[in-house]
Amino acid sequence: MSAPKAEWPLWEVFVRSRQGLSHKHVGSLHAADATMAISNARDVYTRRQEGTSIWVVKAEDITASSPSDKDVLFDPANDKVYRHPTFYDLPDEVKNM
Amino acid sequence: MAAQDHEWILRFGDDALVLAQRLSEWCSHGPALEEDIALSNIALDLLGQARALLTLAGQREGRGRDEDALAYFRTDREYRNALLVELPNGHFGDTIVRQMLFDQFAVLRYEALANQTVDRELAAIASKALKEVRYHAAHSAQWVVRLGDGTEESHQRAQASLDVLWSYTAELFEDDAVSQACSDAGVMPLNAGFEASWTAQVEAILSEATLSCPESSALHTGGRNGRHTEHLSYMLAEMQVLPRTYPGAAW
Repeated sequence: MSAPKAEWPLWEVFVRSRQGLSHKHVGSLHAADATMAISNARDVYTRRQEGTSIWVVKAEDITASSPSDKDVLFDPANDKVYRHPTFYDLPDEVKNM
Repeated sequence: MAAQDHEWILRFGDDALVLAQRLSEWCSHGPALEEDIALSNIALDLLGQARALLTLAGQREGRGRDEDALAYFRTDREYRNALLVELPNGHFGDTIVRQMLFDQFAVLRYEALANQTVDRELAAIASKALKEVRYHAAHSAQWVVRLGDGTEESHQRAQASLDVLWSYTAELFEDDAVSQACSDAGVMPLNAGFEASWTAQVEAILSEATLSCPESSALHTGGRNGRHTEHLSYMLAEMQVLPRTYPGAAW
């Protein structure tokens, strides 16, 4: 096996709550591998009944947008209010929108 | 209901209580924050089991002793836990190997209680606890494999832990008049009945961990009759000092 690293890699933890429809990022932790990461996430982030499902992702596998690109990526949406579905009358029969 | 079932339940509850106290010593001393929380969670699970079992033991005994009276106002000679759980934590490998040896036993004992006992209150406690101890068993087995099949040093240290702790495992499967009476009454199968399954499970974990099963050597016993190692009285002194110094103290 390879030489042990000084520190376990960092994992990002996503938990789906009881009523939640999607997994939400709840924090991060250190673990030697995915199995241990799930186990640690269970102990660190779900001990107060926070969730029913856990995802873990190696932090280094996440590609993030660059803060310096913020203006280019997000500002153009500012004046395009017509992209919001707020101009429609919803029938009462339609739930969960 | 067996006449001696309170004695049997006390043994069971003391195993959980003493191990809970030992594991809680890891709080803020764990090898990593995540593992620190994991061990503390397990300690709290065991403490919850101990509370339910000691409460029940006190009711069955019928002398008006509640969980606190049993936990705080018995001497080491009156404790009925197996010697394995009172041993000092040692290093993390010692704690994990001890935990694996005990967890595998605890799962079998709770399974038997959840499914076979005629005692409905014990069955209810066992059904809840079973989910907890199955997680404990998975956690400790995973760590034994990591340590045993890890680095050369972790392998050697895990094997050394196992060689010492192994001689405390035979006590778990001993029977006497108390366990025989509970078995006859349908409360609980004999401890000896768990040994084959336990050995098979533990050998499978040790094999995956590349650790070798020690030869049976000198066996330590006596906990069920109150003959403990010197370590228990030191542990109880710390655990009991507050209620003994200030009886009835409350927040």
